[in-house]
Amino acid sequence: MNAIKGIKTLTFAGLALALAGSLSLYSCNGGGNASGTDSTSGDANTVLGAGSTFDYPLFSKQFSDYNKTTGLKVNYQSIGSGGGILQLTNKTVDFGASDAPLNDEQTQKIGAPALHIPVTAGAVVLSYNLPDVKDTLKLTPDILANIFLGNIKKWNDPKIAAINTGVKLPDMEIVIAHRSDGSGTTNIFTTYLSKVSPDWTSKVGKGSSVNWPVGLGGKGNEGVAGLVKQTPGTIGYIELAYAIQNGMAYAKIQNKAGNFITPSIASVTAAANIQLPADAKVSLTNTEAADGYPISGLSWVLIYKEQKYNDRSQDKATKLLKLIWWQVHEGQQFSAPLNYAPLSQNAVTTAEAILKSATYDGKPIL
Amino acid sequence: METNSNNSAITRKQPMLRVINIKTPEILKLKRIKRSYRHIKAENVFRRVLFTMALLMLVIVAGIALTLTVESIPSLKALGVSYLWGKVWDPVADVYGAFPFLLGTLLTSFLALIISIPFSFGIAIFLGEYYPKGWFSNLIKNTVELIAAVPSVIYGFWGLFVLVPIVRAFESKIGVTPYGIGIFSSALILSIMIIPYAASMGREMIRMVPSQLKEGAYSLGATRYEVMRSIVLPYTKSGLFAGVLLSLGRALGETMAVTMVIGNTSLIPKSIFAPGNTMASVIANEFTEADRTVYLSALIELGLVLFLVTVVINMIGKRIIKRFTND
Repeated sequence: MNAIKGIKTLTFAGLALALAGSLSLYSCNGGGNASGTDSTSGDANTVLGAGSTFDYPLFSKQFSDYNKTTGLKVNYQSIGSGGGILQLTNKTVDFGASDAPLNDEQTQKIGAPALHIPVTAGAVVLSYNLPDVKDTLKLTPDILANIFLGNIKKWNDPKIAAINTGVKLPDMEIVIAHRSDGSGTTNIFTTYLSKVSPDWTSKVGKGSSVNWPVGLGGKGNEGVAGLVKQTPGTIGYIELAYAIQNGMAYAKIQNKAGNFITPSIASVTAAANIQLPADAKVSLTNTEAADGYPISGLSWVLIYKEQKYNDRSQDKATKLLKLIWWQVHEGQQFSAPLNYAPLSQNAVTTAEAILKSATYDGKPIL
Repeated sequence: METNSNNSAITRKQPMLRVINIKTPEILKLKRIKRSYRHIKAENVFRRVLFTMALLMLVIVAGIALTLTVESIPSLKALGVSYLWGKVWDPVADVYGAFPFLLGTLLTSFLALIISIPFSFGIAIFLGEYYPKGWFSNLIKNTVELIAAVPSVIYGFWGLFVLVPIVRAFESKIGVTPYGIGIFSSALILSIMIIPYAASMGREMIRMVPSQLKEGAYSLGATRYEVMRSIVLPYTKSGLFAGVLLSLGRALGETMAVTMVIGNTSLIPKSIFAPGNTMASVIANEFTEADRTVYLSALIELGLVLFLVTVVINMIGKRIIKRFTND
């Protein structure tokens, strides 16, 4: 008798537990505004951040240096831009970091106005594996789009040969390598292709993951780089920093002004030296700058405009703002050694104005 | 007797207690009663702990199924059942179809199973029947078990840098587009990874065949191969099949090694040498940057489909095992 009763109680308890478990998971992921998710007001001398993996090497250098001078600890989790935005929406971190500005749905979900502060810039390069070609290949936006759409299939296509006079192109099939994981790199690259090719816009579009018409997917920069290195005839897009560190060959791309630009830290900084809009939510792809590399993009730190939420102290808000201010100014010295492009003067001025617009209880912080 | 009424759980000791009871003074007898009472209590607690643990597994599985279903609702609403046979996976247009990945998962897993079965059964028979003892047998046994212990990302790297170039050379020889990576390479990697499961289980099963049966056959003049074919294999087939089922489960869910060599394209594979993708691999690749509700939900629904596929395959497998055991 007793045993049966015990089983019954346990079954009920078990089912209740299952229900509670799945519901709490549901509210955390989907609901966003669930109560009791505030871990930001933990340690007064620690700032929490999450987001972009692209920013991570730069951030860890910057934050460790900032920790030495001020004692402020910054805990940054590189879980990906989308994850960082989700964490900021759930108010579990003090700042997010993203390679793409908030999209419409994310803006709607986050509820309160969020500031986009540019902190660094990166570029996407087209790396290729043509064993017998010694010269640097030149590519135009039109050729690039047609290669990735699958319209240009051979390396010795007349279109490629026409702008690479003097280069002996092999009669080889073009194999395309792209990222298989959702990433800011893909976002920058597809945004660029959408801007330069109406065909691309209608057939594929832009996003951190897209439906690739042709090609092989590699996971991460290392996955794409691995495919390019292994397979003769492959072309793939990877981050500039990764290509420099691994000594890979990459193409010169024709920019909007008509110049063929070699991707480099200088040409990426140049790409950002344009008149930025007041909210800095701009894509640098296909830049107007005459000596700017066209496939580059800013990376942003995201914070709430109104810093008083979830019982956050003013002290914490001030520390956070000072940290970002430092990143935009002194912190930039770490960019070039790590192959990031330092912010242009225009970008720094815009970032300053945005940081000054942050408030605590309606009053400006800085 | 007082002890008897309390002591129903430990019947084995009753005669002994009775003998002792005659001689022991009253005080000792009380102590003993107390002790055995505690004994029973501990026994009950132990049983309850075991029961709770077993139940917890049930709760966890139910919780996973429930969470997956609840989280899939936005995608179910937006896409309906056509999700299952939709051929386009386009996050930009918010159109999601799981068919290419469903196909990729089943194709890689079953192909891997077909490749691995001769090896795992061969190892099982060799270690179970031909060389059950000795240092050489131990070496092979431990090596096979080591295969299961290697992290899957290592297989992925090994596949990408060693296996893929070999497959590429093979592909250019037989005249298909030499990508190197694709369904075939993933199936090869998977087949190596799943060998230990069927092999270890098969070995144990073969060793459990009663020696009277085998000796009987030998005494009637059967050769070793004949004993294998007519005595050992029929006797162990349900066990061998259970091992295969275990391997299949592993192959269906493997993520990291597959994603590194499969080519990750959302197009439907045209042949086994073409690149493709599996459900687990898509989830791992796209989950972190899924930035819209329906997108995230479609990925979770992919998890739900994988969960259901595993359940269905397991159920079919159980039925087959049952039929094996009946005849």
